[in-house]
Amino acid sequence: MAASVSAAMQVSLWQVLIQRRSVLIGLIILAIIGLAAIFAPLIAPYEPNAMSIRDRLTPPGGQFLLGSDEFGRDVFSRAIYAGRVSLSVGLGTAVLASLFGVVLGLLGGFFRRLDGPISRLIDAMMAFPDILLAIALVAALGGSLFNVILALSIVYAPRIARVVRASTLVIRELPYVEAAKALGVSTPNILVHHILRNIVSQLIVQATFIFAYAMLAEAGLSFLGVGVDPSTPTWGTMINAGRAFVGTADWLILVPGAAIVLCVLSLQIAGDGLRDALDPRLAKEV
Amino acid sequence: MLRYILNRVLGMIIVLAIVVTVVFVIVRLAPGDPAALMLGPDAVPEDVAALRARLGLDQPIIAQFLRFFGQIASGDFGESIFFDLPVLEVIGQRAEPTIFLTLFSILIATSIAVPIGIVSAYYRGGLFDQGSISGAMLAASIPSFWMGLILQQYLATDAGWFPVSGYGGPDASFADRMGHLVLPSIVLGVVNSALIIRFTRASMLDVLSDDYVRTARSKGMSERRVVLRHAFKNALIPVVTVIGLTFALLISGAVVTERVFNLPGVGSLVVGAVLRRDYPVIQGTLLVVAGLYVVINFLIDMVYLAIDPRVRY
Repeated sequence: MAASVSAAMQVSLWQVLIQRRSVLIGLIILAIIGLAAIFAPLIAPYEPNAMSIRDRLTPPGGQFLLGSDEFGRDVFSRAIYAGRVSLSVGLGTAVLASLFGVVLGLLGGFFRRLDGPISRLIDAMMAFPDILLAIALVAALGGSLFNVILALSIVYAPRIARVVRASTLVIRELPYVEAAKALGVSTPNILVHHILRNIVSQLIVQATFIFAYAMLAEAGLSFLGVGVDPSTPTWGTMINAGRAFVGTADWLILVPGAAIVLCVLSLQIAGDGLRDALDPRLAKEV
Repeated sequence: MLRYILNRVLGMIIVLAIVVTVVFVIVRLAPGDPAALMLGPDAVPEDVAALRARLGLDQPIIAQFLRFFGQIASGDFGESIFFDLPVLEVIGQRAEPTIFLTLFSILIATSIAVPIGIVSAYYRGGLFDQGSISGAMLAASIPSFWMGLILQQYLATDAGWFPVSGYGGPDASFADRMGHLVLPSIVLGVVNSALIIRFTRASMLDVLSDDYVRTARSKGMSERRVVLRHAFKNALIPVVTVIGLTFALLISGAVVTERVFNLPGVGSLVVGAVLRRDYPVIQGTLLVVAGLYVVINFLIDMVYLAIDPRVRY
């Protein structure tokens, strides 16, 4: 662990990006999908909700690049707009889960008295299957976009907390933290400037994976009809709506499904590459 | 060793207590009166008041918590509002498809992942290795329900190799019911094999560079025997652990896969309970599943203790 922490300190993220082609490719694919989502109004050839009953279930090619759905809506335009919601859920969850996880992990790793209770809490939270816990939380909180993000953040925060806690335990014992204490640096200052700063790289790796898991989980929740409002186009709600037409209009599930796979895959490639680069010991093993 | 076991038992009890607390808190997160939410907007105030009293919601929150805790500790998980039956009984009625789906998926995932992991580690850096790493990553990126829908269409509806959906009807024989689980299990097994492939590979790589493997080779032992008898046996322990941890992933996958294949399992039960606002069923299922996860991983730790002398301290 000490080796990985010191390695993490030495390698800057930019170096990783330049040296690791897989990370770069993953991030480029993600950036393309992200930009398409951001600039959806400029790119989408149709309004996502514009119906044309005459053109219902048109196969891909021709007037509709990726076909049309049962209401004659353009699948390509809808997929781009849906990307906005799906990516927001992924990104929002990665950020919020990191925030919760960092607070828990730092407190548990730094203050010996809090370590026991916080570790047990993490163990207990990790005992819940992610979708099941998310379903229960969304059922209690309500199915707004923010609540789905909040629910998934609660689900994934323990994973971040576990990593942050483990690193904090190691860094807490390093001489420069001792020195900072001896110099009278305040505890919050030590936590933020001396500990958190040195685990940022690992945090980014974990957050990348959480981004991917959250997108999968959101799709699962939407598919089950217990996620965001079903009228909001997300890749998950698109698949759920398209399942009635599998066999006759496969593109209705293939397009949003492929979008999910592409995003999650590029996030995993990026996360894996970053982790390997930051921890050379892991690169050899996994 | 006894001390270690006692410590682990105590740790498990604490974690289970926190699980109960978390479930209690989640249900109380709902804004407004849970009793009114459960009965819907058309309920008359008398019914709401009666349900509040039945669930103990008219008492202070601490009293509610202690009552809840006491009930769970004595095995009383409450009653389903919709089915009007004890929650455990409702879960029990739906448990068969979920249990067998999970078991079959673990079997399929393990029988795909372990050989791939071993060969991958043996030919590290080679074409097979790179292919299997990429394949594992791809498998982990596919939503199980999406793969389920596609395979259901092509392998069940079009090719007719598997039952399309359902659980065979009320009079179906055990074999018929299990037949309905084959395709869902393949879907879930393939998607969840990724983690086990990676762990088997990593664990084998660790072991293959150990001294005793080199000794076995230098004695002139056949490669097959070295890899399977000496290396794999020792690489197995982390693999068993990760199979235990996969349990939570599989249950998550089962919840959505059940919906794809219309299986009347615990996953469909929870989704139905959410739509019907049947909170006792939601909390009961959470408790049972998380409780099982904690207990299974405790048992795996104990197996560890029995088979690996290095853990005994």
